[in-house]
Amino acid sequence: MKIVIKNGRIIDPASRTDDALDILIEDDTIADISCGISVQDGYGVIDAGGCLVLPGLIDMHVHFREPGREDVETIYSGSKVAAKGGFTSVCTMPNTDPVIDNQALVRFIKLEAEKGPINVFPAATITKGMKGEEISEMGELIGAGAVGFTDDGLPVMSSILMRRALEYSRMFDVPIMTHSEDLELTDDGIMNEGKNSMLLGLKGIPREAEEVMIARDVILTRMTGGRLHVAHVSSGGSVEIIRRAKSDGIRVTCETAPHYFSLTDDAVAEYLSMAKMKPPLRTEDDRKSIIEGLKRGIIDVIASDHAPHSPNEKMQELEYAPFGIVGLETTVPLIITVLVRENGFSYFEAFEKVTVNPARVLKLDRGELKIGSIADLTIINPEKKVQINESFMLSKCKNTPFIGKELFGSVEYTICNGNVVYSNK
Amino acid sequence: MNSLKRKDLLDIQSLSVEEILLICRSAKYFKDIFTRSVKSVPILRGKSVCTLFYEPSTRTKMSFDLAAKRLSADLINFSVSTSSVVKGESLIDTVHTLEAMKVDYIVMRHAASMAPHFLSRNIKASVINAGDGFHAHPTQGLLDAYSIMERHGSLERGSMEGLHIGIIGDIKHSRVARSDVEAFKKLGAKVTLCGPPTLVPDTFKHYGVEISYNLDALIPELDVINLLRIQKERQKGSLFPSLREYHRQFALTDERFRSCRDDVIVMHPGPVNRGIEIDDAVMNSPKTIINEQVTNGVAVRMAIFYLLAGGAPLEEMNEE
Repeated sequence: MKIVIKNGRIIDPASRTDDALDILIEDDTIADISCGISVQDGYGVIDAGGCLVLPGLIDMHVHFREPGREDVETIYSGSKVAAKGGFTSVCTMPNTDPVIDNQALVRFIKLEAEKGPINVFPAATITKGMKGEEISEMGELIGAGAVGFTDDGLPVMSSILMRRALEYSRMFDVPIMTHSEDLELTDDGIMNEGKNSMLLGLKGIPREAEEVMIARDVILTRMTGGRLHVAHVSSGGSVEIIRRAKSDGIRVTCETAPHYFSLTDDAVAEYLSMAKMKPPLRTEDDRKSIIEGLKRGIIDVIASDHAPHSPNEKMQELEYAPFGIVGLETTVPLIITVLVRENGFSYFEAFEKVTVNPARVLKLDRGELKIGSIADLTIINPEKKVQINESFMLSKCKNTPFIGKELFGSVEYTICNGNVVYSNK
Repeated sequence: MNSLKRKDLLDIQSLSVEEILLICRSAKYFKDIFTRSVKSVPILRGKSVCTLFYEPSTRTKMSFDLAAKRLSADLINFSVSTSSVVKGESLIDTVHTLEAMKVDYIVMRHAASMAPHFLSRNIKASVINAGDGFHAHPTQGLLDAYSIMERHGSLERGSMEGLHIGIIGDIKHSRVARSDVEAFKKLGAKVTLCGPPTLVPDTFKHYGVEISYNLDALIPELDVINLLRIQKERQKGSLFPSLREYHRQFALTDERFRSCRDDVIVMHPGPVNRGIEIDDAVMNSPKTIINEQVTNGVAVRMAIFYLLAGGAPLEEMNEE
């Protein structure tokens, strides 16, 4: 099968290519990138006029809930949502039920993913049973296909265990991905601690709960020579700690999620449980610091933290509703609307965060457009508006504060391993 | 204006000064009625009120019950401890059941902040917040404002201006403190919050209030002293080291009471911990208006039902 993508604007952050070029796909490979590729009999043609042609996007932080909560999302359903959102690769978090802490479960995820349209790279737990007591069999898990380790959803509260995880994982050069939260400082809080939590009488989660853990882990990374990846950075103070760590040569990368550069804790009074996630939405100063951190490359990656919850779970008192929102389908529109249009990001600055950068963190042979590489591509019309409503949302769950919003940036095609896995036609 | 153009009464923050004064003036009318021999009026005849208390309460619930009965409403109590809620029914399902029975007013108390706001968006009945988490207790805020203005002789705009009101105690975990501050600030009073920094966070300065950690220095300045109940279990979270030390620093003791202004009034939302936040002798002083607050609470709650129901002109109402 041969497909020619014509008339598009090729944006490849890895090679700093921004040019009007055609792309020829042969089977699962990019066979040619050049001017005026001629279309021959039997070729499929995609007209990408007015669109950006990007390496297939990578979301390195999603919750697909399988095994355990197949009622809210499965590996298959989540993969379909990812394809619609423009993603050809995702990294699944291991806090399922049971948690992904053995080879059999890693293989189960890989097997389930084969039924779906996109590439799924599982992360496994740092600790056995995600109990925070003993480190998992990292070598065995990597052998089965795990690309990184995280107890996401929970922090590794024990400093000695974190030290061991960072030390032991050095021989595999894999990232230890942290959910940075000092649970004692969180103290059952449910939203950012500050003016809004005071006004609403809701227990606050201080930014320091996140920052002290990032500071600890940066120091332990310096000590051990391990590789740290900080998940879902939400506060300006965290960005500053990571900036300093990077300038000190410590091996740390980090990610943020679209809601942290799009919303503040003002949203909680309006959207109630739809604006409840961990870490919590913070202040306008934090939002600006996150955007600045992305612009300066201190924040390497944008990841959705796609966290489906059933309507019944979210239709509860704010205090009792679970943390988390879905994000695979709103990430591209928020990148285009908030970063590119409102904050003047170049396409390289914006899209390296969902292509080459996460590929490097996870050591995936993806995220670039070059002849001979696997044909994962995403075609986006940045000028086209999308209405975020319940019928737009393919996800089994619609728990997002962006329902009702009109945003720019429509995913037109998603091509994974040479197959068109999503088309907005 | 003789009605509240709103479905619900959820917090003080969303009320205008005009609405607060309207509630107070109506409360005065109802207080005059029920402090005479005839206590009921037929304003809510044919309407049904359901009290839905997810947290134990004696005085607030009794006050709402009496207010509804004195307006001739049909009153039902949904007792959470004996209901389907203990079998795991969700709030939204419980309330849809009440709605199916055509209840007009739901008076709700809930341990979770914002629960009444969540509810009000999902049902047609009027929701009256009888206290949600640490967030709001608007009827208490209104009755406290009414009690102060009544003592100072005027329910007109500006009657609270120039007054210095101190709220003493566990501000952080108090819905009464938030609703009081919002009401008093809207009406133009100067407010100082006083307690240990662990219980009086700096974030409260967003209300435009002063914060003091020194009650001895503050107390001669105050026209109104509003004491809050201290929850003994807060001590376990190391928010203060002991009740003895709390009493030493922040109780209205006999000695501190003697340094108050002559015309001071002392308030407390109840129930009182005698010997912890307030000493016996102060409790018994005529400057202490705790029982008057309780009377006013019924009047204010009658006024709220009446005004949410559309507010028929008061002078045309026939007493029964």
